[in-house]
Amino acid sequence: MVTFADENVDQADGALTLKGTMENIDQIPIYDSAQHRSTALEELQAIVKYRNLVVQFTRRDILTRYKRSVLGVGWTMLNPLGTMLILTIVFSRAFGQSQPGYAVYVLSGLVAWNFFAQSTNAAIVHLVWGGSLLRRIYLPRSVFAVSAIGTALVNITLSLVPLIIVMLIVKVPISWTFIFVPVPVLFLAMFSLGLGLLISTVAIYYSDVAEMYAILLTAWMYLSPVIYPPEILPEVYQLWIVRLNPMYHLINLFRAPIYLGEIPGMRDILICALLSLITLLVGWMAFTSKSDEFAYRV
Amino acid sequence: MSLHTVSESQILEKRVATSASMETVQLENVGVCYRVSSERVSSFKEYVIRRAQGKISFREFWALREVSLSIKKGEVLGLIGHNGAGKSTMLKLIARVLRPTEGRVVVRGQVAPLLEYGAGFHADLSGRENIFLNGAILGFTRQEMEEKFNRIVDFAELWDFIDVPMRNYSSGMWARLGFAVAADVQPDVLIIDEVLSVGDEAFQRKSIGRMLEFRDNGATILFVSHNMASIELMCHRVVWIDHGRVRADGEVRSVIDAYRQSQGD
Repeated sequence: MVTFADENVDQADGALTLKGTMENIDQIPIYDSAQHRSTALEELQAIVKYRNLVVQFTRRDILTRYKRSVLGVGWTMLNPLGTMLILTIVFSRAFGQSQPGYAVYVLSGLVAWNFFAQSTNAAIVHLVWGGSLLRRIYLPRSVFAVSAIGTALVNITLSLVPLIIVMLIVKVPISWTFIFVPVPVLFLAMFSLGLGLLISTVAIYYSDVAEMYAILLTAWMYLSPVIYPPEILPEVYQLWIVRLNPMYHLINLFRAPIYLGEIPGMRDILICALLSLITLLVGWMAFTSKSDEFAYRV
Repeated sequence: MSLHTVSESQILEKRVATSASMETVQLENVGVCYRVSSERVSSFKEYVIRRAQGKISFREFWALREVSLSIKKGEVLGLIGHNGAGKSTMLKLIARVLRPTEGRVVVRGQVAPLLEYGAGFHADLSGRENIFLNGAILGFTRQEMEEKFNRIVDFAELWDFIDVPMRNYSSGMWARLGFAVAADVQPDVLIIDEVLSVGDEAFQRKSIGRMLEFRDNGATILFVSHNMASIELMCHRVVWIDHGRVRADGEVRSVIDAYRQSQGD
């Protein structure tokens, strides 16, 4: 009997069949609540396995947002353009002197800011609303936040079109440094995902966290260099409020290759890389450590 | 050589036999405990205020307690009990939605939950788009869904409406599409929570037919219903759950009778 394992495979048909059977048994997915702990790594594997769902959720978000509107996807481009127009009209006298091509300054800041604000907000709202789904069927819980980033990536790509048009109109030269743009976008995505997950973890327990975050976002935007150049602030505030704000670094990194036409320095890139990586890791760990409790709550 | 073959085929038989008699679903002393706050505190603001006043206290509510159950491969198990007895909680444990507070749940094989009517569909999207969305929710890849697509629409009999937004569908059409997506291929474990009661009679017959087909091909089925007639039609065995505990477990007729008697009181 023991020698069986040493049998030459092609000696008997039975051995071949047996091998096949054993492999089949191994292939059956086994779920054991005692063994599986939804750790950070397991969630990562699950999200890779469910990547089609990320694509489908992203698709759904984009399709349903525009399906019943006349302008369709055009809204993605018009929305920041409208805000930019208003801000330019209102503030160009105040900040325009120090910032030539102020419209591009505002618009590039807005595009980066909108990516962050919309994706973090969507991550929270979708998880809370997706609760009805989570109560019925197993899904990787991070899928809502990850697909919110997917939607934001599509949107930011679309909003580069009006940005370039405005640059042509305002005559801000379009530099070759534009090719650097994917790097700050990647950091923005990592940072937004991390923060979105972190706040989602809290929002599951308390329904008003989503609303509080919306208010916080408005305040946060005015503390970020979206509308005005931070240099106009008194130096004390610059140091404490602006420099400690991660979005200060991320917006600057995004804006530099577009508005200034220069590749940011290594130090700036490293600061942003570190900020976004740490935020993503902290958010992912916090979220996955609590995600088993979600079905009890949502 | 021939001697070898004999012993090998014996081993083979034994292996297949043990794998066939292996429990597909095992619940070992399972409990699910919800922590219910004495007063519902759903906002953070309220929580901070109450906490500061020292007014927060939690009450434990066991939706299931000390439940041990094993379901063999190919068995069709009916779950009966009052509303809130813990039937759906049990299905959630098996579908991986809930992790037990205590005890252990083991499930061998692919689990297909039949979503309650309309869950996971989006009214603004067409039937076609929703099939792909719903398939992704069930964990299928794009390619798998493309391969399944025609069969699904055939079964749901919705070719005429497939590119119409689902907001224009009747409730019966929602149910048909939902069933068709979830029940397209043979799963190892199928979970059915009252969904059969939607749709018109012809489609109900059709979906029960599909379920019986799965049963005959060896799927393990968990079936929750308040309709004793369909429980009797489908199930090999019935478990009666009462206040989170297994009150009776066994032959279909006797468990249903016992349940009916308790309701008569």
